[in-house]
Amino acid sequence: MHIGIDVGGTNTDAALMEGTTVLAGVKQSTSPDVTSGIVAAVQDLRRQHPFAGGQVSAVMIGTTHFINALVEARRLAPTAALRLGLPATRALPPLVDWPEHLRTAISARSYLAHGGYEFDGRPISPLDPEELRRHAGDMASHGIRSVAVSSVFSPVNHDLELQAAEILRAELGDDVAISLSHEIGRIGLLERENATVINAALRELATEIVDGLAAAVRAQGIEAPIYLSQNDGTLMDDEYVRRYPVATFASGPTNSMRGAAATSGLDTCAVIDVGGTTADIGLLVNGFPREATTEVTVAGVRTNFRMPDVLSLGIGGGSIVDEATAEVGPRSVGYRLTTEALVFGGSTLTATDIAVAAGRADIGDRDRVAHLDPAFVDAVLKRVAQRVEDAIDQMRTSAAHIPVVAVGGGSVLLPDELGEFGQVHRPANYAVANAIGASIAQVGGEIDKIYAIAPGTREQVLADVRQEAVDKTVAAGAVPASVSVVDFDEVPIPYLPGNATRIRVKAVGDLSMEA
Amino acid sequence: MSWELRGEHLADLARGATLLGTGGGGDPYIGRRLVERVLGDGAITILDPDEIADDLFVVPTAQMGAPTVMVEKIPAGTEPTLALRTLEKHLGRTADATMPIECGGINSMIPLVVAAETGLPVVDADGMGRAFPELSMETFAVYGVHGSPLALAGERGETVVIDTGDDDRQMEWLARAVTIRLGGVGHIAEYAMSGADVRRTAVPRTLSMALRLGTAIRQARETKRSPFEAIAETLSTTLYSHVRELFVGKVRDVERRTTDGFAKGAARVAAADGGSELELRFQNENLTAHVDGRLVAIVPDLICVLDAETAEPITTEGLRYGQRVRVIGISTPDMMRTPEALAAFGPGAFGIDEEFVPVEQALPAETPVEGAATASVG
Repeated sequence: MHIGIDVGGTNTDAALMEGTTVLAGVKQSTSPDVTSGIVAAVQDLRRQHPFAGGQVSAVMIGTTHFINALVEARRLAPTAALRLGLPATRALPPLVDWPEHLRTAISARSYLAHGGYEFDGRPISPLDPEELRRHAGDMASHGIRSVAVSSVFSPVNHDLELQAAEILRAELGDDVAISLSHEIGRIGLLERENATVINAALRELATEIVDGLAAAVRAQGIEAPIYLSQNDGTLMDDEYVRRYPVATFASGPTNSMRGAAATSGLDTCAVIDVGGTTADIGLLVNGFPREATTEVTVAGVRTNFRMPDVLSLGIGGGSIVDEATAEVGPRSVGYRLTTEALVFGGSTLTATDIAVAAGRADIGDRDRVAHLDPAFVDAVLKRVAQRVEDAIDQMRTSAAHIPVVAVGGGSVLLPDELGEFGQVHRPANYAVANAIGASIAQVGGEIDKIYAIAPGTREQVLADVRQEAVDKTVAAGAVPASVSVVDFDEVPIPYLPGNATRIRVKAVGDLSMEA
Repeated sequence: MSWELRGEHLADLARGATLLGTGGGGDPYIGRRLVERVLGDGAITILDPDEIADDLFVVPTAQMGAPTVMVEKIPAGTEPTLALRTLEKHLGRTADATMPIECGGINSMIPLVVAAETGLPVVDADGMGRAFPELSMETFAVYGVHGSPLALAGERGETVVIDTGDDDRQMEWLARAVTIRLGGVGHIAEYAMSGADVRRTAVPRTLSMALRLGTAIRQARETKRSPFEAIAETLSTTLYSHVRELFVGKVRDVERRTTDGFAKGAARVAAADGGSELELRFQNENLTAHVDGRLVAIVPDLICVLDAETAEPITTEGLRYGQRVRVIGISTPDMMRTPEALAAFGPGAFGIDEEFVPVEQALPAETPVEGAATASVG
């Protein structure tokens, strides 16, 4: 058996799993100290379904700690950004598009140095070790504890990033963490570099969080490996998280979607997660969330993270209902639901009150909503259903039928039948879908590079790239026989000769677990 | 009237320039950052083409190459001004102003970098009236101003002057070869001309139009008005006065291939009811739009694929299966539709075996085409 844990801003959910069967599922308040919320959740699981530490083969954790640290601009390490690319790129040095408060929060230092490659792998200029040593000296004198290294076209050739890291390490010692851009982002220098700097700034916190998580799990007598969820729903081991905390950023919505899929048995579906304030709609294709294609701005920083494409509607259990128009939201009473909603003795008409009046939910005092006109209640629910239906239609990628899965406490607002989408699937354990999503044991590998494809070699090149992605997946811990390519994109680059083509491949496979 | 462009205008200008890029022209984000960094709190003087002196010496500046390289190998920043200075030296004459050769995409921004750095004013006009894939596809060239001599600069401070006399295609061919050796992007100064030539050969007021378009789209979003109405309203008083909604639907299929160094391809957009289909052909920029086999818009008229809700322009590289889009056609000024102009950048110049039909004739009524009319947007 294995355990999935999702540490959110408010709640920590945990699920004890045997394969894809949920043995126990619990909800706890998230604790400020990382560990005690997890300890309590695991103890709760034990009460529901007793087990010995040795029976657990793996623990998978999804966490919002890192993205919250960035958004709140706290607990970030003093960080330097070093870019290899001179004489090119000096018009826009590293961190040029960062908000001032974040630059201050990471005590940022920005450096340009020689190095980097052209699109076809020719060097822009040779690395200058003396220049790098000078920069390292300046970093040391400014108390820098983490360094992000980026190099022009490092997704095509990353040699210089590795060499620069060697030189920096020799100068700064092993206590200074070094993050390399080719391991973090895709083509698009500023965005990849930004993601790398964010990663660097989170490295110290990553050590602290991972140590905390590990201690909490080990304290329960569980010696199994610990994995964390990445943005795309695949897993990374705790050592990897220490080096790449930024890869956890969007794991919340991803885990909720994948959990919905796992508990409903559907791997291609629309998932609607209705919480207190919003309904988040995403699309799952072959078990993985469809990704947003545009640049994603996180805490005011432009990045090219792969994030799930999520459409949020201002509809949730706490949404305020307009008595004149029967419209729901976007204003919500939020966490004050249990004091302000009519059924809890408050004076605000909320979506939850409507659900109770319609007999879809049985919470609070239903007599307090008995006065509501059934025609009005019906109109409100019809309106909610219509908006959700329209939004799902907007998200789907073809006119083909797609099933709809509803999770989250607020999903009682949704009808059992949703227009042309038919039956709404409501999986058991929907309340801990996030934790179940975290527990799904798959690992992935991704390649994103520009290739010069000579005439007649296209098939061979594509086969090689696919193999590279598969190898990367196996290296990440996948059972070789289970690995398959789930995403493939080939975009020719205009104006360049030799059929320069940008190829992106993502492969995933089942995590190898020795129980 | 001349006016002052400031840092706060740049985001709107970039949005409008992407729309005029008609699917290509490159993402102006990097260009916008380049201008911001040099400009700071300063201002750039933008000159109205009707008000400039006949003997004003105008040297347009631009960037050529692959947009994909530009997002990775950011310029040193010195290249465009170096190209301008190199051409000045070659010609033995100092520029009084610079100007875009292409108002669509990133090349709306490069002359602004030069202006912010040198203090030169920028003439509110360009030679493409949109974006095109080749340096020879210019109204300048169509009406008798030649691109050559052209100065090209790289980030290491290297410069090349290409002089091909009256042969603009040969100039494009050689400049492209040098650009590839420079790593895929080069900065250029070319089509040096007098103020009188600007008035005779340039598409006027396209920079201010890009800014107004970008501003109108933003303001419409902020006030919850339809950004598409705002686009049509803005263009109604310009030389691009006819706007037609060609289609609304979802991208069903995108195919791309590289031929002769260009990204060519096609995309299909299906109406929500599945009955009707738009086929889009592109070569860096969008070239033709057919609805159920019938031509509704063709180059040089603008074919713009926009997000169906927000009207954010989508480039041919950014086209993805599943996107909800609204495709609009925009008429080009008369000077871009003459026989000489069509010979330079009409359908035949792209090897398309179809005659040019103005978008307002292909779709005479102000109503959308059948299929689009029945498509609803979430």
